[in-house]
Amino acid sequence: MPIQEGVYGLLAEFNTPSDLVHATEMAHRAGYRRMECYTPYPVEEAAEALRFHKTRVPLMCLCGAVMGLVTGYGLEMWVNIWGYPLNIRGMPLFSWPAFVIPGYEWTILFAGLSAAFGMLAQNGLPQLYHPLFNAPNFANGATTDKFFLCLEAYDPKFDRAATRTFLEQFSPVSVVEVDL
Amino acid sequence: MATQGPIHDPNQSEDRMIDPRTGEFVVIAPGHNFRTVTQMIADIVLTDNTPLAWWGGLFVAATFAMMMVTAITWLVLKGVGIWGITIPGAWGFAIINFVWWIGIGHAGTLISAILLLFKQTWRNSINRFAEAMTIFAVCCAGLFPLLHVGRPWLGYWLLPYPNSMNVWPQFRSPLAWDVFAVSTYATISVVFWYIGMVPDFGTMRDRAKNPIAKTFYGVLSLGWRGSTRHWIRYESASLLLAGLSTPLVLSVHTTISFDFAVAAMAGWHTTIFPPYFVAGAVYSGFAMVLTLAIPIRKWYHLEDLVTERHLDNMAKVMLATGSIVAYGYGMEVFMSWYSGSHWEFFMMWNRMFGPMGWAYWVLILTNILIPQCTLWSRKLRVNVTWLFILSFIINIGMWFERFVIVVTSLYRDYLPSSWGTYRATKWDYMLFIGTWGFFTFLFLLFARIAPMIPMSEIRMMLPQTKVRPGGADAEVVTQEAL
Repeated sequence: MPIQEGVYGLLAEFNTPSDLVHATEMAHRAGYRRMECYTPYPVEEAAEALRFHKTRVPLMCLCGAVMGLVTGYGLEMWVNIWGYPLNIRGMPLFSWPAFVIPGYEWTILFAGLSAAFGMLAQNGLPQLYHPLFNAPNFANGATTDKFFLCLEAYDPKFDRAATRTFLEQFSPVSVVEVDL
Repeated sequence: MATQGPIHDPNQSEDRMIDPRTGEFVVIAPGHNFRTVTQMIADIVLTDNTPLAWWGGLFVAATFAMMMVTAITWLVLKGVGIWGITIPGAWGFAIINFVWWIGIGHAGTLISAILLLFKQTWRNSINRFAEAMTIFAVCCAGLFPLLHVGRPWLGYWLLPYPNSMNVWPQFRSPLAWDVFAVSTYATISVVFWYIGMVPDFGTMRDRAKNPIAKTFYGVLSLGWRGSTRHWIRYESASLLLAGLSTPLVLSVHTTISFDFAVAAMAGWHTTIFPPYFVAGAVYSGFAMVLTLAIPIRKWYHLEDLVTERHLDNMAKVMLATGSIVAYGYGMEVFMSWYSGSHWEFFMMWNRMFGPMGWAYWVLILTNILIPQCTLWSRKLRVNVTWLFILSFIINIGMWFERFVIVVTSLYRDYLPSSWGTYRATKWDYMLFIGTWGFFTFLFLLFARIAPMIPMSEIRMMLPQTKVRPGGADAEVVTQEAL
């Protein structure tokens, strides 16, 4: 539960990625954990500062690939050996080289869909509403040219006044309170 | 720094494309920041004034697309007999156009996937519309085999599904492989394209003033808000999709070449087909990217983002793949003699000097002679007008390549008593020209609705992205260096 009712967090706006990364790093060192950066393009240094390294997207992709391979190749085997056996040019019923391409294509199909939809699922998207969209300066910057750090109210260390003072020492363009 | 306007440095006046600090080529023209590149790209779409030329283009394209609809309607009513296909030439325009269109599509995937893996950042400016080109080309390509099956409303019989007839596809046939290859290719291309656009739709949502547009882009953006954790997963997924698309695109045209190579037909039954088909696909695809990129950068004033260097690089890719294609043609001629096979030899003789020999020489002229004589010169490689003309020449050449392969092998095969000829009918031409209209129609809609250049990727190429540890103080140094 949010410690501060009705507040999502405090949002600091920066002009440069360097400022953002610096502030994030400092916030992490100060003990804040429930925080997130918002940038108009991927800033890897910000992820470092958030100590966010591992994603499970590659694992989901691998699972998809294995599933696709087993499904595609298994389907071909079942159809050609048991489901609908046909004698084509005297080839054996299990003529595995001929089955490679459809199996390969389904491997890629399942892997690609798992990577794409797995990424969206882990990101919790689609999520058309988010409290941050209430912040007046967020829309004009986060997807264009501004860099935001949000310290969230869920964080046990969060305190309206103290956190605001903490953020202001990094000379942000602004610090605004985001309503929940 | 991000708020300052374009900078005009007098030191850069000699060559704007050389970075004065490093002496390296810069991909984006100098003097841009995050906001200016975003505006340049987003404002093309978010303007209230739709250019009259766009409406005109859409009208013409829609007219041709209607011609396609007419040709399809008549085909569905009458059957494939209205086409020029007969025995022995049973493939004709349907397969020629299928291979031609899907080949065009391959450059889009090459640009978006293979060049991403090779960290060729210059691709960022052109990958979005190249991917769009892929998808629309695959739409056109997919039509042909579907209509060629004769009863397109039963096209789903090609898919493996349990049915009351208790029959299943024959998985040892390259034509069944095609179904899997092309459907996977279409699906993955659409997903890759859409995922690539999600952050940009977020930008469009935030920049749109019109409430309808805001809702439209808001829904398409899936609520993207640029969270760093999201970005990291997003980058990971993009890289994986690129890694998957690379073998996919190679396998798709390989599979298409198997449609020919697996058949025991002189001129088709060769091992060189897969690499030579893939190279040819990339060749024609890059030509099509140029056909689209050159007018787009001119009309929408995107010369700063799609620079001369892009055109030069694309011309170099065409030169390389064109040389592979030329090698392929040479090898076919050599092998038809060296194999000692009477049928192969006759096929090649007939291809060059038979009744349809003119098509072979058109192919040599447009695909080898003209490009090879001009693309080696840097001056011509950066000559926009010439590249635009050349892109048409190469696409004509690549169409003739497929014409020569499909028609000349089929119409005179092993048994002279079964020889025939092939002549396309007006319905063949209407359908083919109609697909150009359909393609242009879709492309114009895309140019009006979606950001043509990936904004988030362009932002990543700007020097302002450099992160200095320690924050704002360090930024002063960067700003001075600029």
